[in-house]
Amino acid sequence: MSTQTELEIVTPGAFASIQDEGRRGFRRIGVPWAGALDRRLMRIANALAGRPEDAPVIECFDGGLHVVAHGGAVKLAVAGDAVVEVDGPEGRRQLAPWRSVTIAAGEALRIRKMGSGRIAMVAVAGLEVAPVMGSASTYVRAGLGGADGSGRALAAGMRLALAEADAWGSDRVLTQPPEPDPRPIRLVPGPQADHFSAAALEALVGGDYRVTAEADRMGVRLEGAKLEHSGAADIVSDATVPGSIQVPGAGQPIVLLADAQTAGGYPKIATVIGADLGRLAALRPGQTLRFATVTAAEGAQLARAEEAETRALITAIRPLPADGIDLLALYTGNLVDGVVHALDTEFRPLY
Amino acid sequence: MSVRILDAGDAALTIEFGSVIDPALLAAVNALDAAILRLQSAGDLPGVIETMPTFRSLTVFFDPLATDRDTVLGVLQPLIAAAEHGSPADGRHWRLPVCYEGEAAPDLAEVAGTIGIGEDEVVALHSGTEYLVYMLGFLPGFPFMGDLPERLRLPRRAQPRVRVPAGSVAIATGLTAIYPWESPGGWHLLGRCPVPLFDARRASPSLLAAGDRVRFVPVSTAECRAIEAAACTADFDPMQWLDSAPTPAENAA
Repeated sequence: MSTQTELEIVTPGAFASIQDEGRRGFRRIGVPWAGALDRRLMRIANALAGRPEDAPVIECFDGGLHVVAHGGAVKLAVAGDAVVEVDGPEGRRQLAPWRSVTIAAGEALRIRKMGSGRIAMVAVAGLEVAPVMGSASTYVRAGLGGADGSGRALAAGMRLALAEADAWGSDRVLTQPPEPDPRPIRLVPGPQADHFSAAALEALVGGDYRVTAEADRMGVRLEGAKLEHSGAADIVSDATVPGSIQVPGAGQPIVLLADAQTAGGYPKIATVIGADLGRLAALRPGQTLRFATVTAAEGAQLARAEEAETRALITAIRPLPADGIDLLALYTGNLVDGVVHALDTEFRPLY
Repeated sequence: MSVRILDAGDAALTIEFGSVIDPALLAAVNALDAAILRLQSAGDLPGVIETMPTFRSLTVFFDPLATDRDTVLGVLQPLIAAAEHGSPADGRHWRLPVCYEGEAAPDLAEVAGTIGIGEDEVVALHSGTEYLVYMLGFLPGFPFMGDLPERLRLPRRAQPRVRVPAGSVAIATGLTAIYPWESPGGWHLLGRCPVPLFDARRASPSLLAAGDRVRFVPVSTAECRAIEAAACTADFDPMQWLDSAPTPAENAA
């Protein structure tokens, strides 16, 4: 009889939750989609771990996630510009992201910190999560989804039971991961652009906006040029969508994300296109961004282009060389990140 | 009715029938929603993910990889024209218990004082009206209902509460609502409804639907607690609060 293989959450870091494609079909009763903030990262992480692209993953914010395998080996894959460490009997070694790794029982994997962005997706082979209303996605506000269906975010001490995974095959790697994309965040004006002065839309795309500390799975509150309403700052509530840019009376925009309320009473000057939402959600408080205007049709073209790029990335995933030499980790770990981490007392690279 | 088609990004369209709260607009919204749901279930609207009906508009979510704005709009145009003459949805009628006493009604005295009538009169006005469920939103299962009797219409509280308890029955402007979840909120709290409005285990997780009608039946603190306790048991059936079913008081009598 084999023992149950489990992945223990030693610490979730700043915030970590189980997410998948999200919950569709219930906005009419006030239930947002939730789901992965960056679908591309989710799909790559799953592909690296040999899982269906829309399987539940651990979405990890701002690094700090620390997990330990119990009862058997666990295959994990990390997508995102993360500094990853594996801690085993032979000590601690840094591991490049954008690859899978199989850790033995008792070994730990940690996301030490993020190189850029806020989001890393961790796919776990054998992680099966019972869906609630069609999705495993955690929606804390109404207690839906997540590891035990109660809507709780991942917390220290939780143990995720993993299904017996047969023939996992070799570990995989994405040797040319996506570069950080510095282009403006694209938006489509409306649905309530006519509730603002003519200068407001120009102001929105004309200068920098700074991400404030109020940035989470519900939305990102921005700070920048004030957006003047042309009339009342209230409307009779109508539907919001992921990407809606609400502007309350004070004139500072809020971009709504996956967990946002499904309806709202503030006019929405514009909507961020779906292809750019993951990039927006990954911006850290204090970072600045610029917006640029596109039409809805251009936004749809960009969605198709984004999909083609994601497909190309997934197609480029290769088995890791059988000799076990992780060239990528040597390059990125030692040459790029090593300088930074030499100053970090906790960091003791193996090589 | 002047209909406007508004872009909500690259993956959603909002069909706006008007800009006010008006049952005639809701009838058009619900008629269009029903027509789209029929097409969807027949498989005739590929790429459309879901719809979100509100007081005065319907937002259609679609997958830009599976369809496009103009294709969706082409199918919707005749439905929109027909919906403008839609009749109100034939919703269900509910009689929901509300405790208007003590801790359950933190703002009752203040509301009565502001309006200049007795607390009993506030309760009589609030429970003496049948409300239309205009829409669900803000929180899962949160019903926006109206219209309040003229005398009960107050602006939102100047200081919103950080914590409104789940089950709170509240009023603001011309509307009344029940908070299914603890949340921040700026409405005046008149009472507490012990019937859970949202349960993910049910086939229809939200008890109420847009177009339903709701009447509130005053119950005592003890009755409210008894219903709350019963609601935690496995065989609790919220359908007992449909208007055709007898109330617990009638059962006891």
